[in-house]
Amino acid sequence: MIYAIASGKGGTGKTTVTASLAAVWDGPLTAVDLDVEEPNLHLFLAPEITAEEPAFLEVPVLDAARCILCGECAAFCQYKALSLMGKTLLVFPEMCHGCGGCIALCQEGALSPGGRELGHILEGSAGAARFLMGRLRVGEAMSPPLMRQVKARLRRDAAGDVLIDSPPGVSCPAVNAVMDADVIVLVTEPTPFGLHDFRLAVEAFRPLGKPLGAVINRAGIGDGRVQDFCREAGVPVWAELPFSRAVAEAYSRGEVAARAVPEMRGMFLALMARMRGAAAASNPEEADHA
Amino acid sequence: MNAGIIAVTSEGPGMESMVDSRFGRAAGFVVVDLATEQTSYVDNGGSQSMAQGAGIQAAENVARAGAGVVLSGFVGPKAFQALSAAGIQVVQNVENMTVGQAVDKYKRGELSTSDAPNAPAGGNKG
Amino acid sequence: MREIVVISGKGGTGKTSITAAFAHLASVQGGAMLCDLDVDAPDLHLLLAPDRQEEHAFYSGREARIDPSVCTGCGLCAGLCRFGAVMPGPRAFGIDPLRCEGCGVCERFCPAGAIGFSEKHCGQWYASAMRFGPMVHAQLFPGQENSGRLVALLKKEARERAKALGLTLMLCDGAPGIGCPVISSLSGASLAVVVTEPTPSGRHDLERVVDLCRHFRIPVAVVVNKFDLNPENSEGIEDYCREQGHALAGRLPHDEVVVRAMVQGKCVTELPETPFSKALRGVWEVVAHHARTASRPSPFPNTPNA
Repeated sequence: MIYAIASGKGGTGKTTVTASLAAVWDGPLTAVDLDVEEPNLHLFLAPEITAEEPAFLEVPVLDAARCILCGECAAFCQYKALSLMGKTLLVFPEMCHGCGGCIALCQEGALSPGGRELGHILEGSAGAARFLMGRLRVGEAMSPPLMRQVKARLRRDAAGDVLIDSPPGVSCPAVNAVMDADVIVLVTEPTPFGLHDFRLAVEAFRPLGKPLGAVINRAGIGDGRVQDFCREAGVPVWAELPFSRAVAEAYSRGEVAARAVPEMRGMFLALMARMRGAAAASNPEEADHA
Repeated sequence: MNAGIIAVTSEGPGMESMVDSRFGRAAGFVVVDLATEQTSYVDNGGSQSMAQGAGIQAAENVARAGAGVVLSGFVGPKAFQALSAAGIQVVQNVENMTVGQAVDKYKRGELSTSDAPNAPAGGNKG
Repeated sequence: MREIVVISGKGGTGKTSITAAFAHLASVQGGAMLCDLDVDAPDLHLLLAPDRQEEHAFYSGREARIDPSVCTGCGLCAGLCRFGAVMPGPRAFGIDPLRCEGCGVCERFCPAGAIGFSEKHCGQWYASAMRFGPMVHAQLFPGQENSGRLVALLKKEARERAKALGLTLMLCDGAPGIGCPVISSLSGASLAVVVTEPTPSGRHDLERVVDLCRHFRIPVAVVVNKFDLNPENSEGIEDYCREQGHALAGRLPHDEVVVRAMVQGKCVTELPETPFSKALRGVWEVVAHHARTASRPSPFPNTPNA
């Protein structure tokens, strides 16, 4: 089963929740950081990295000797990665989304596949769990292509359950991270910012038709409107984690809450059980095999 | 390319309009034929609405207008490369003056062309 | 025109609460145009209750759509699409709009001409008035690509409006992360205020976002929020900033007044003074000073780029 830990707003404790779940999880597990712009999970799980590979996006490479300057590729490209200027066809690989259209179009064989480095994919182990993360190159503007490659790696050799630390927000990268999950866990906090962004996330992720539950982090601060909203919208609250300065300080030292603060361990075990319950309820057949 | 035709990034359509310091997301270009003193205006709105590649699109617009020289504030690396490929000369750091003043300065030889961009990539996004 | 852009890399560091307080403090010093560039999850309006005076649709990019009555089900598009956006259906193929990147390959190669390729309505943007002055903000629809173009559009609209109103300062709540939206947020900025916290994630993301500012030659001032959660890490961050030559705008304590203000829909500086708001006023003085005086370390007058 794939569980995506997401949040409409950044800084609600998504990584804390993912790291703590990974710490208490029983059975084979892969912990994945798909927040490739700002990957942080490794800071808490302290994985031993055994492989680090660059990831590339297919971009066109020009053989100017074969180019007849017809301009078809430049006219086709939606991203301005090709431009016909005077008697020169210019290629801007950093603009390319890797659709392959120009290469397929060119009748002269003047464009061939090359690569733009998107960032790195790191693999290793954190305790008993397998660990996988993507890290976007600074200056690289697109995160979905790297996320797709991390996910492809995940599919290639997945064993047991998967916990995905997703990018925050509700735009393209966030949806990209959760769309292949079986269950979505939305982490929020009981404040007006938390509520507002949580509503957007529920609106964005609900149409995916996957079981979705809330974790209310730092319960006790702010007000009770997130709980009210969950009740009205029919979103189950799978955990309420009380605000504690001890947890905040443990986090600041890079410690995992479920390990550093004894009473948190039980809360995360209960959360794990609820997540598994939701997965089983939505997919009884697969649960039987597990 | 005709070095006697210059394109100035502009906030409006005439010689009295202010120079737009941006290249890719300039409102438009006032195109001046130095020989005939005739001017025309090229709207750059299409480039402004692009998700990406505004600088490259703007360079294509300038080339299509037949200009051999561009006067602007900041030109990024991709736009610079595109303009250079078309043989268009670039004069940068032109700002805080009207299009007419910029053209006069150019005619008096007070503006020199650049051989490198003076703005970072992606500046057109702003 | 001076532009201050508040960013953080990591979410939840207090960026928006701090920006709102800056807007309050700037309003008594000549005022500022406020701009919420966090278009994916904008929150500034929750503190400032803007009154929308203009509303506009935002279109960006294109999306493919298969006409099922024309589709022959040959599946060529599914084989060509690099984004896995073509889904087989009972009779015809369909496009998953969440996966479609708007490249146009399917439309170009469809032998039956069954695929349309039209502009995509991605969100709404607003020009508003609030108690501290004018504000420009937006909301991207869920799941849409935040390419940075909406951010660029907001900045353009905000600049034009600020100019018309005779305002000389623009204050922006920047986008999170280090990708396209934050690059767009930073373009043309006089000063980037980076809000961080003394946690491993805070430090990690600070370094990445500061690298980005260096890449774009934008001066940086750093604010360490919740510094007392880990004074040792806070000092580490401050040492790092000094080594790198970045200005330190100050440190702020962890204080529940931030959440209290949020619940009331107010800025912290509008509530009775606390150690947090007092420190924040000091931070604003430093930031305002740097915004006036900092110059972009740039290779202007026609010198080649490094």
